[in-house]
Amino acid sequence: MSGADSGASAPAPRQTPFTGPPAIKAVAPPPSPADTPPPPPSSQPARQDRIALIDLLDRVLAGGVVLTGEVRLSIADVDMVTISLQALISSVRAGLPHPTGAGDGRP
Amino acid sequence: MAEDFGSWAYAVAGGMERDWLEAMTGVGGRPVHPVQAAGLSAAVTAVRLEHYGEEPLRRQLEDIGWLEATALTHHRVIETIARRTRLIPMRLATVYHSDAAVAAMLAARRDDLIAALARVAARTEWGVKIYAPQRRDTGAGPAAAAAAGPAPGSPGAAYLHRRRTELSARQDARRAALASADDIHRALGRLAAAVQLRAPQDPQLTGQPEPMMLNGAYLVDDEQSGRFTTAVQSLAERHPAVRIELTGPWPPYSFATVDEPGAAL
Repeated sequence: MSGADSGASAPAPRQTPFTGPPAIKAVAPPPSPADTPPPPPSSQPARQDRIALIDLLDRVLAGGVVLTGEVRLSIADVDMVTISLQALISSVRAGLPHPTGAGDGRP
Repeated sequence: MAEDFGSWAYAVAGGMERDWLEAMTGVGGRPVHPVQAAGLSAAVTAVRLEHYGEEPLRRQLEDIGWLEATALTHHRVIETIARRTRLIPMRLATVYHSDAAVAAMLAARRDDLIAALARVAARTEWGVKIYAPQRRDTGAGPAAAAAAGPAPGSPGAAYLHRRRTELSARQDARRAALASADDIHRALGRLAAAVQLRAPQDPQLTGQPEPMMLNGAYLVDDEQSGRFTTAVQSLAERHPAVRIELTGPWPPYSFATVDEPGAAL
């Protein structure tokens, strides 16, 4: 009601709108796992995923609406972002000598 | 039941059909369903508080594998709904005591949520990151010079001169890059309905050798999206001193804002 449910559809095309010259790199948001090809067996498979994961966490952890109130159980606050980014940094560090090691969240 | 389960919220929209959500798998591998109240809908998943209560969540967030999978699931649900209707994404790990509590929130914040939905209507978020130029260290850089030590007939003055020249060139490059970033940001801002500057990402996480100078989010009218992405491209060509990365289109994560009253309920 009052226009809120008139449902103007947001476009969500998957592909970036241009292929781009060498100077620019268009990085799409991470595809859903169903669309994700298995990581190549060669070394450094996660770079592109890692970049996209950063952009994703940048948004889902620091963006999005926070509605306070007694009914809310978890505290989605800045502390959480800090905790998670620390986890991420240490996993990147841990991942350097062992690219296929634990902490990457990938098989 | 109410003690064991909480309601993980993904997004709020004007209306959601149950069958939009039924096909999806939500957090914890559980289904997604709508909660309707006051003419608004929220997409939620019933999650076990044993795993998704406040304390367990804090521990889980330090597990990068869990975080990645959960963030992707959260995002996928939001993105799928965003194809159907405009929405306000909820921040990751927003869990309510029950569906009734979600409904109470929708009713209590109805006006704010409707205003927030109106702000993002027919608009899309794009991300633009600008990286500083990469340092061009020559083989005869300061490190090499220092390692070689003072050569005969080449006193420290020569080294200092070279070092000063290098530093000054680096400062010039940095100034030029800052000017470029500023110019790009202004040009893109003119095409956007709203702009949010996010904190630059940690170089350890971007995987890029260059520091990030700007991490901007731009809320762009849908009919302007083509112009916006074209502008990013031509600005990249016009400013070779910096490297630009475009991400998106995103659901309006960076523009999902609702004024917080002192006490909501």
